[in-house]
Formats: sequence, structure tokens, C-alpha cells
Amino acid sequence: MSINVLRFTTAGNVDDGKSTLIGRLLVETEGAFEDQIEGARRENERRGGKGIDFSLLTDGLKAEREQGITIDVAYRYFATPKRKFIIADAPGHEQYTRNLVTSASTSDLAVILVDARNGMVTQSRRHAFIAYLLGIRHFIVAINKMDLVEFKREAYDAIRMDFIDFIERLGGADVYCIPISALEGDLVTEPSPRMSWYNGPKLLELLESIEVDDHQSERPFRFPVQLVSRPPGQEFADFRGYMGRVASGSVRVGDAVVVLPSGARTTVTGIVTQDGRLDEAFSRQSVTLLLADDLDISRGDLISSETSLPAARTEFKATLCWMNERKLRLNHRYVLRHTTKSVRCIINEIDYRLDVNTLDRESPVTELQTNDIGQVRIKTLQPIVCDPYDANRQTGGFILLDETNDTVAAGMIQG
Amino acid sequence: MNKEWTHLRELESESIYIFREVVAQFRNPVLLYSIGKDSSVLVHLARKAFYPGPLPFPLLHVDTGYKFPEMIKFRDEFAKSIGARLIVHRNEDAIAAGAHPLKLGVARCCGQLKTAALLHALEKYQFDAAMGGARREEERSRAKERVFSLRDAFGQWDPRRQRPELWNLYSGAIHEGESMRVFPLSNWTERDIWQYILQEKIPVVPLYFAKERPVVERGGTLIPADNALHLKDGEKPQMMSVRFRTLGCAPCTGAVASCAASLEDIVAEAGAAKISERSTRIIDHGSNTMEDKKREGYF
Repeated sequence: MSINVLRFTTAGNVDDGKSTLIGRLLVETEGAFEDQIEGARRENERRGGKGIDFSLLTDGLKAEREQGITIDVAYRYFATPKRKFIIADAPGHEQYTRNLVTSASTSDLAVILVDARNGMVTQSRRHAFIAYLLGIRHFIVAINKMDLVEFKREAYDAIRMDFIDFIERLGGADVYCIPISALEGDLVTEPSPRMSWYNGPKLLELLESIEVDDHQSERPFRFPVQLVSRPPGQEFADFRGYMGRVASGSVRVGDAVVVLPSGARTTVTGIVTQDGRLDEAFSRQSVTLLLADDLDISRGDLISSETSLPAARTEFKATLCWMNERKLRLNHRYVLRHTTKSVRCIINEIDYRLDVNTLDRESPVTELQTNDIGQVRIKTLQPIVCDPYDANRQTGGFILLDETNDTVAAGMIQG
Repeated sequence: MNKEWTHLRELESESIYIFREVVAQFRNPVLLYSIGKDSSVLVHLARKAFYPGPLPFPLLHVDTGYKFPEMIKFRDEFAKSIGARLIVHRNEDAIAAGAHPLKLGVARCCGQLKTAALLHALEKYQFDAAMGGARREEERSRAKERVFSLRDAFGQWDPRRQRPELWNLYSGAIHEGESMRVFPLSNWTERDIWQYILQEKIPVVPLYFAKERPVVERGGTLIPADNALHLKDGEKPQMMSVRFRTLGCAPCTGAVASCAASLEDIVAEAGAAKISERSTRIIDHGSNTMEDKKREGYF
């Protein structure tokens, strides 16, 4: 039962066979049930198809099933004796950038599907770039439809070289390439005698074994305060705890810490959980911290290690992905939500817009609209305590809300 | 890295974080308590989230009057044992008018006794956030559900108004009259739930454990038959070793043939299950899909 979780996103074009691949992974690991599989089979036959269309297992809403399109990010689950998997599946349509940004934000790995017949196309680069932008540094390139290129090694080699070259240009990452046939099952969970030239792991084996913990626990300690705990009752008269989830690093009882933005220094005197007091809390753990001094600390404050402090900033550059139909308005007031803090802000300049296909910077530009990515300058009314996104995804990412309360943009703070 | 960091610890920690976000962002939240295994886990996690303080919100049970007697007994004892404030809400008018699935049809009966009752209770107590135990894995229309799911002033769900959820930034910003449904167990599967119940020794309703019970077979589903009122003419109960994978109303919850009499047996069974658990819920069959019910305000 001692298994961990891998969160990954899947990206590919409409016809790259992504739904088929996910459907197969679910069926072959028993992440899909017989009644669901039977439902997908019946539906396919009703439409005049034959057998199971694996993609029907993963198309969620009635509206999109009827129209044969998928919108929005869907979450899928499966497990093997080695790992639990959470797939954030981003569909490949017009809202693509927005969906992939969303799905990549919670993922540690991206599976990029490439059609072996077509090679690396513009969209493959776009997918890889967006995943990279969101901080993903582990890629599996599933070179699909090998059955349609007679399982020849040349197609695989060419795509592999192209992809590695592209990732190197972005700054480098961990890349694995696997030739598969999602439709026929080669190298997904089963071996492929037809590709005996390939000696690496099957897709599922790789997903089970790949190490994605990028030393999050060794980074500087960051603890955004969610709530202050002051339980009622005489027995808790002196209890004052700070509830939160460790965003990065770890903390031990006795450690010196700094509370930001005030800059007050104190010491951790206790780490409280219902399962007992802890000596040490690690990245991702939800705990309640006790501190030596009675300080004025509230939601939105951040408790940090004493060294490698984050910055308290009111002006910064950020990469912004615009997600709403209403365009970005310069000097308009937005609400910026970052860790557990909300502040008012304005965007006073757009430096450039990125062409996500060519990676060219377009400037001058005066607006960003849905699915645009650009670099902007932001001014906040109160300081936010942050790290550059490249150094810390939890303390470097933010969202913008407009007056309708819609989430209109996702942002990544630059150094 | 922490060697003890299992998938269950990761899920637990994420759920605790979500509970705390709800309490930080909303004025008057409530936990929708349905008495089932997911609710048991939900309450267990909520208590962990606010330890050593008390639960900072009440539990709301929408009672249709058709819940199994074992469920009601468990509910009352459980709420008392943890010192929680329990609100039980019923659509008394519909109950008095004799609403029954065999009379109204399943969809209309659910609409009156569950959806209408829930919306009325949320309105009556002015709750602005309702936390429930729904999981994305349960049913395919739920695969895209947000952790923070916005409902309009009529309690209805509009797929186009749902917000993108990035990182762990859950936005609870709402306008007057709107409310949020929150799903802290979004990323859990049935298997995770049972493994966690075993690990944490969480109490659950005895109906989950296999026992000889009277049932009738109706449309491929085993319906409990201890109450003659819920039987159609000519149906004859037979004794079988069965258990329930999900718990709803007695006339509409199917049992499964099983010999799993302990938590360990259930974990093993959940690991090997071939049929989805919602298949035992009659509400999910028929033309009115879960997606339609959700639009109307069903949980």
C-alpha cells in the first residue's frame, strides 16, 4: 500500500490518438470498469462503429459527446501496485492553450503524443513549450501510430532527435521517447515483437518508475499561512497555531524562521497534527505550526526559512496566459491571488506577446486575448511574498480575477 | 524526501488544505453529510484539518425518509460521538404527499426529496459553501468537475461559468446569492477511500459489510427487500450474502453479491472490482443523466 502519486498531463492533437491511449491505459490497468467499457462499446455501435472506441470512455459531458468534441480539462485516475496516477487531460482544440496551462499547472510530467506519420508538427512544439513554460521538466514523447509506418525505426529516430533538440533550445529537460501503437496496444502495457529494435521500457513501466521529485524538499522552506488556529476552551488558552501546507522545503522544531512581509524573526516550537506532534514537516504536508513569539500573523503571511528569503514585491514582470473572452485591459484593476493572499493590482505594460508556434516575441502589443501568452508588468497595492516561478511553482504562480469574479489569467512571476 | 509519503498521505494533505481554504474564504460553510463511506472519510479529514479545534461548520443531512434504519442510527451515534452539530432537513411536504420512486419514477422522486430539499436547506440556513464527498472518478460527467464548483442564485451549475483551477489556487470569490459546492475528495478513488478507512480505522455503516439479507432482483440490480412497501407486485424476496458499495435510499440502492465481511476483504474487493460503484444506484440509469441532475442542483 506504500505507493506514491504521479500527476501528469497529456497533450496531443485531435487525431493523434490521445483519447485512445488514455482509454487503453484505463482499461488495461482496470482504471475503467466493465459497465463503463460496455457503455462506450454500445455508444460506438449506435453510431455505426465496431468494437470499443477507447476515446468514448474519456469524453465526459453529454454536450461534447453529442458534438464529438471535448472541451475543458478532465481528470482520470488509475493505479498499479507501484503508483497512483492522476491524469489531467487537456483536449486539443481551440481553447487549447488555456486548457493545457491549467492541466500543466498541477502536473509534474507531460506525455506528448506525436503522430509517427507526421513527425514533430507545429502543435507538438506548442504543447511542449506550454508544458515547459508551466515548469514541467519531465517529458514522455509517445510516438504513436507506429503501425501506420510499418513499425520502422526511422520515423521514431527522426522525431526523437527533433524533440530533444527543441527541448534543449528551451533550456533542457528529462526526455524519454517511446514508439507505440495506442490502437493496437504495442508498448503501452504490452511488449511489441514488431518493434524488437526498441530496447527501452514500455509506457506504463516508465510512468511507474520515473522519478519526478525535483528536490522540492531540499528547497528553501515556504509556508503560506491559511488560517490561524485559536481553539475555544480553557485547555487551549495559550494555543495559537498557524495552519497551512508546506509549499517547499522542510521545517524542524527548533528552526529559526522569518514571518513575511513583516520580517519578524522567531522559532518553531511545535508541529501539530491530529496524529501527534511531529519533529519535522516536509513539502506537501498539511500541518499547524506553533511559534515561540506571540506575533501578529494572519492569512496571507508567509513563514520562511531564515536564509534564502523570498522577496516582498509590489512591482514585477510576469508571464501571463490570458484565459477569458474579455481582453486584458491595461491599468484596469484586477484581483491577484497568490498563495493564500489576495491583493489588488493593475497591469501597466505589455512587453510582448509570444507566438506559441514560432516562439517569436511580438511587440509592441496593446492587448492580450484568450489563449494569448505574453510578458507583462504588474503593480500591486500591497506586497506579495514570492519567488520566481522557475525557482518555486507554489510561490511563483498567481491568478487574476476581474470584477465578475471570473479567473481571467494565470501568471508566473519572473526573477 | 519523506519516505512515509504515500498516496494516502498526499490525498489526505490535499483534502485538509481544501477544507482550510473553504473556512478561510467563506462566511457560512456546511458539510453535506450523506452517512456513506465518503462522508465518513470527509468528516474524518475535516476533523484533522481543524485539530485541536472543533469542526468549524455543521453537518447537513438531507433525509428522504427512505434511508436504511442502520444509516439513521449510525448518523445519530456518529454525530454525537464527535460532538458535531447535525442539521437534518427533509422535504416534509413531498414526504407527506407520499413521494415514492415506484409512484413518481426515480427522477421525479429524487428531484423532490433530494434536489429540492437540498436547495431549500441551503437557502434556509444561508450556507454559501457546501462541501460534499463526490469524487471525479465516480461518473464520467464528474471528470471535469472543479474542486470549487460555482452555483448560481438558483443553485444550478452552468458548465460555461466554471473557472479554470490552477496550481492550488482555489477561488471562492462569489457574488451575492451565488454559492459554491466544494469537493475535497475530488482526487480520491473508491479504492483510495477503502484503503484509507482501513488505515485510519474510520467507522462506517455496517451495511457495507456482507451479510445474509433479503433481496429481490429487478432489472439486473439486487434491491433490498426488508420493507414490503418498496416491492412491486409479484416480487419474492430471497436470502443472499450481499453488501452495499454505495448507500442511498432503500428502494433505489442495489446490493452486490459479496462475501466481504471485513475491511480487509472490502479493500481486496474494491481493488478487483470490475463494475463501477455507481452502477448500483438507480438514479444513474435512465435518460436523465447525472449531468442533467447536476445542472438542476443535485449534488
